[in-house]
Amino acid sequence: MNDIVEIEWWRLVAAYAFLVIVLIITWKQGIGREKEIFISALRMTVQLLVMGYVLVAVFDINHFLLSLGVLGLMELFAIYNVYQRIKVKISRKLKTVIAFSMLLGTGLPILYFLIVVINIEPWWEAQYLIPIAGMLIGNSMTGIALGAERLVNGMRAQKDTVEGALMLGATPYIASRPVVNGAFNAATMPVINSMMGMGIVFLPGMMTGQILSGVSPLVAIEYQIAIMLGLLGSVSLTVFTLMHFGYKTFFNQDAQLVDMD
Amino acid sequence: MFVLENIKYKNILDISELVIPQGKVTCLVGESGSGKTTLLKHLNKMISPDEGKINYRDKDIGSFNPVDLRREVIMLPQNPVIFPGSIRENLLTGLNFAEKSIPGDEELYDVLKSLKLNKGLEEDAAVLSGGEKQRLAICRIMLMLPEVLLLDEPTSALDDETEEIAIKEVISKVRMNGKTVVLVTHSAEIAERFGEIIIKIRDGQVVNRKEAKLNHE
Repeated sequence: MNDIVEIEWWRLVAAYAFLVIVLIITWKQGIGREKEIFISALRMTVQLLVMGYVLVAVFDINHFLLSLGVLGLMELFAIYNVYQRIKVKISRKLKTVIAFSMLLGTGLPILYFLIVVINIEPWWEAQYLIPIAGMLIGNSMTGIALGAERLVNGMRAQKDTVEGALMLGATPYIASRPVVNGAFNAATMPVINSMMGMGIVFLPGMMTGQILSGVSPLVAIEYQIAIMLGLLGSVSLTVFTLMHFGYKTFFNQDAQLVDMD
Repeated sequence: MFVLENIKYKNILDISELVIPQGKVTCLVGESGSGKTTLLKHLNKMISPDEGKINYRDKDIGSFNPVDLRREVIMLPQNPVIFPGSIRENLLTGLNFAEKSIPGDEELYDVLKSLKLNKGLEEDAAVLSGGEKQRLAICRIMLMLPEVLLLDEPTSALDDETEEIAIKEVISKVRMNGKTVVLVTHSAEIAERFGEIIIKIRDGQVVNRKEAKLNHE
């Protein structure tokens, strides 16, 4: 394979032509989102630059505690982000379940992926741990935010049905199963859909990045298949854990629906 | 069957004493918002009182497992809950929830016919009218035949003739099997005709309790 072509700084600046075109179009059309687009592009640039320098330092130091610290920060940021993304009011108990689900649902697949699938020594090698954890945590974060919102909205919208089932002698688990299953499907649908179109409709970012940096497409595909299966496992386990414990937060010890307002 | 003592719930209920006997039809009457439905929900632990004590079968209702209790004391809400699926699935939902044995098609058709619901078992329950859904929900609990039936205005969407048929059918089946009914109604006429005990509720309080002479069976 050819060595990677490094992008000269002024050519990178030239890429901002896309941003300028979008800003002009939105301004001319009176869409009124120029400020938001500009700020998001600026944030992306600054965040990635900072991350680039941080990663260089972390990879150089490559210490167990540092890798674990970065992983912890990613988890914390992801949990905070989930709370921010959910537009409906959620209880403190459900927040705790979300945090627990993120830690369990991403932690186990990350360890499994590094130790069993990639089989690197040591497993906390920063160059592998951080990007892989980033992908798994990021996708699980999106899934759990979607799942939690659907769960809360579903329990509110179907309160009468859930209560009607309880009145007929259903357990809280049975009574809330339609809502729980609907939320689980909604949360895992994006990762399932992306697997469907992968390789035909689009080439995923990680694989594209590897190919651009000179890795054989076959090696890149191996990684991509593994990471997609890891994502499926991580998102599903995270959302499953959320649903398994989350529905219980809507009931008290007498199997009564708690006030959701 | 139920003995309520000094029950208080928010600003909705304030009942010093109330006895609901076993094997009888007890009617709760009163205006909308008087607390009838809230009282009914206390009897199968869908709501727990802030203060006071409810005994069921001489035991504190708090000591019962709520799910086990609700399999004995079934409540039919005013707006019937129809689950997605066919009429058959809806008829069997309660039995499935309560993990009871499933009857054959003949019995299912019989119960539908008894309430003048001439529909096929595989028809989609979602397309039924409001009155038909209410009758389907009544059929569902008739199949369950629990120890106690809590009926919250179960015939509000039915015309007078169908209402009479529905209530008669339910009550005759319950009486035949020695079960207990607590019926919430805003209709004094229904209460007089079918109730053996009539309890009048106003502003969350019991203002009158009388044993009625039945004109009809």
